[in-house]
Amino acid sequence: MPENPVLRRRIRGRPLSAGGYGTTASLVLVSPLILLLVSAFAYPVGRLLWNSVFTPEPTLAHYARIIAEPLYLIVLWRTFEIAFIVTALAFLLGYPVAYAMARVQGRRAILVAACVLVPLWTSVLVRSYAWIVLLQRNGIVNTVVQEMGLSKAPLQLLYTEGAVILAMTHVLLPFMVLPIYSTLRNIPDEFAKAARNLGASAPQAFLRITFPLSLPGAAAGTLITFILALGFYITPALVGGPSTLMMSTLIAQQTTELLDWPFAGALSAILLVSTLLLAALYRRALSFSKGFSNG
Amino acid sequence: MARVFAGLGLSLVLFFLILPTLIVISMSVGTSSYIAFPPEGFTFKWYAQYFQDPDWMAATWFSLRIAGITTLAATVIGTLAAIALVRGCLPGKEFVQAVTIAPLVVPHIVVAVALYLTFAPLGLTGNLYGFVIAHTMLAVPYVVITVGAALQRFDPALELAALNCGATRLQAFFHVVLPNILPGVAAGGVFAFLASFDEATVAFFISGIEGKTITRKMFEDIDFNLTPVIAAVSTVLTLVSLALMGTIEIARRRNEANSDG
Repeated sequence: MPENPVLRRRIRGRPLSAGGYGTTASLVLVSPLILLLVSAFAYPVGRLLWNSVFTPEPTLAHYARIIAEPLYLIVLWRTFEIAFIVTALAFLLGYPVAYAMARVQGRRAILVAACVLVPLWTSVLVRSYAWIVLLQRNGIVNTVVQEMGLSKAPLQLLYTEGAVILAMTHVLLPFMVLPIYSTLRNIPDEFAKAARNLGASAPQAFLRITFPLSLPGAAAGTLITFILALGFYITPALVGGPSTLMMSTLIAQQTTELLDWPFAGALSAILLVSTLLLAALYRRALSFSKGFSNG
Repeated sequence: MARVFAGLGLSLVLFFLILPTLIVISMSVGTSSYIAFPPEGFTFKWYAQYFQDPDWMAATWFSLRIAGITTLAATVIGTLAAIALVRGCLPGKEFVQAVTIAPLVVPHIVVAVALYLTFAPLGLTGNLYGFVIAHTMLAVPYVVITVGAALQRFDPALELAALNCGATRLQAFFHVVLPNILPGVAAGGVFAFLASFDEATVAFFISGIEGKTITRKMFEDIDFNLTPVIAAVSTVLTLVSLALMGTIEIARRRNEANSDG
């Protein structure tokens, strides 16, 4: 290839890759974002956490309260328990949906995709409202149950742990399905077919070829669902009640009703640290970190 | 036989996924004022009530204004940052990337409570500026991710060619780079709009008696007076989301089909 002197000079003039931006320019470009994240994210969150350790003076008393009072330990335990059950249910229900989404063709494919994407694109508030409508005393589920003669009196479904789990599984299911779908879609169907040709049964081919290859997506989906479930507020606040208090609803209660900011800060710190540890643990599996695969 | 069971199971899960949306839409056009299923009759009166109620309208306009300004701010800030992250030479790039997606990972309840603590003394609660700052922070990661992905698909040699032909940096950006990454920028903008318009947790905490978003108003009404007007509002919200996201999805698939062929 003939050398282009202009091109060469241009490139030599810039220390970086061709046409890239230098350090100063890059810093200028990224500074509005940094300013925004510092003032509207890092500083407020930092202040909340600071309060939990330095009110009134350096103390761990607010953290000790969480461990000392059984009520708060129960809330902590319940949060992880619900997040775990929701994630497990979402995986069991979501994997087959993701598989169908990746393998089904034509009209049916559009139907499956619509059933996954329409709820995802619907506001969490709307979906929680729908579950209230379904589960309340004179709601649809109770009407069906009574008409089938399964129960004479309306069942108390709303404001129970079961309701929270059901509604949260519904709300978070698409976050499980989509990462699994995106890995399954990239596994050629020929792999399983080759295994079948070599004498594997259909379940064997799935369990030993397709499923292991889909594990990165499954890990990402599981992690995202668990992280979101841990800190979820809207659905537990609307569908749950006092007996289903979770970390998020407890934090809200401490700030809006009791105005106990240091204690809310301590609870937030625990929620935050659990979330960040999980995120760091599986950072490679998280699909959104793939957006910047230059490092 | 196994296939039949698998198909049946799958249909049940899909039904579970779509059922709540169908319930809300059918309730919004039912005549009875308490929740009944199957809904009786057909009416648009709940929609009429929504559009005639000054409180609902005030909340809707407030949310639209917030979402509009947020979209603009997040798209500009996010696009500039994405350029620096993908094409620039940035000290501590890994760190900046991690911090950029932090608002997506950190539970919204923590962000909401923290923002309330900081914004309340500054008079930024129930206030357009407070909301725009908070929502831009929440929306900007979506823009950085989508524009970043678009920039990685863009061939830097094209920009270099423009520079060689005598274009300035700005000219090269507006005439060569931007038109090529425009689908990504537009998608980022739509995500930012919905991240603000549908946002409920932070809005719940930093709303005021005067400045109240549509999501905060819905939250209150769901908690205190469950009328079919909420179903009508929900349907409107859902249709807005579906229209915007559907457009993006169709554009994305068309784009994919083009680059495959």
